[in-house]
Amino acid sequence: MSLVARQIEEAGIPTVVIGSARDIVEECGVTRFVFTDLPLGNPMGPPENSDAQNHTLRLALSLLESADNPRTTVQSPIRWPTEEWRDSYMLVDSQNRAALLAEGEARRRAKAAH
Amino acid sequence: MADRQIRSANRRAVSYIDKSREFYAAQGYEAPYQWAVHDDAPFQPPKAPLTRARIGVVTTAFPVNSSKPKRVLAAKANPAPQAMYTADLSWHKQATHTNDVASFLPLQALRLATEAGTVGATSHRFYCLPTRYSQRATLEDGAKIVDWCKEDRVDAVILVPL
Repeated sequence: MSLVARQIEEAGIPTVVIGSARDIVEECGVTRFVFTDLPLGNPMGPPENSDAQNHTLRLALSLLESADNPRTTVQSPIRWPTEEWRDSYMLVDSQNRAALLAEGEARRRAKAAH
Repeated sequence: MADRQIRSANRRAVSYIDKSREFYAAQGYEAPYQWAVHDDAPFQPPKAPLTRARIGVVTTAFPVNSSKPKRVLAAKANPAPQAMYTADLSWHKQATHTNDVASFLPLQALRLATEAGTVGATSHRFYCLPTRYSQRATLEDGAKIVDWCKEDRVDAVILVPL
């Protein structure tokens, strides 16, 4: 998605990315970025929270007008009610390590048989 | 555990590049995914004030009844869809859900901003970009979206990956 933001910007149309994977977007390098520090899935704001979602849009619109340099990031103040999601996404620990390896092996076998 | 408490207390952005590298390594994949890296970025200042601008939206979600495999597409923005297909995308399925389309697709919010006069208009179509694991393939899809944005006379684009 960030690559396409660059492509649209290069074509002469200003862009702003709204997203929750800060490192992926910033490594790729986009012109304007609103970072919402929320679990992946709801970059505009938590479900059923239209105030937060409208706020995120306002941040993006104002960044479109105010940024005077590429690679400008604005961080939204919106927070998720708990912090546990930061660790639980794509978790690898001693309890699931064997199961993850088995999953990967099953997928590779299925692919080789295909 | 102590390490985890410290990380939460310091509250800094999750590194999805590190997480996915560790996760796929644990699944036995040897070559880590190569994320795009650039030092620079293009810059196009807006040509018109927002109050006169037509805004387009790009999402990684797809209309519920899209054909498989997914292909880059333009869909009608009005009325905003009540549901979108997201099950095949990587998002935090234990922590949240995507039943509220407005939590990842700002069409409703843009309609309000248009009614309030903050922005000029919303493009009559929004654009769906499939997640593909080849930069070349993604850029082919991107070229199509650039064409559609020009056709639809879009003045600025908001891109919202899940």
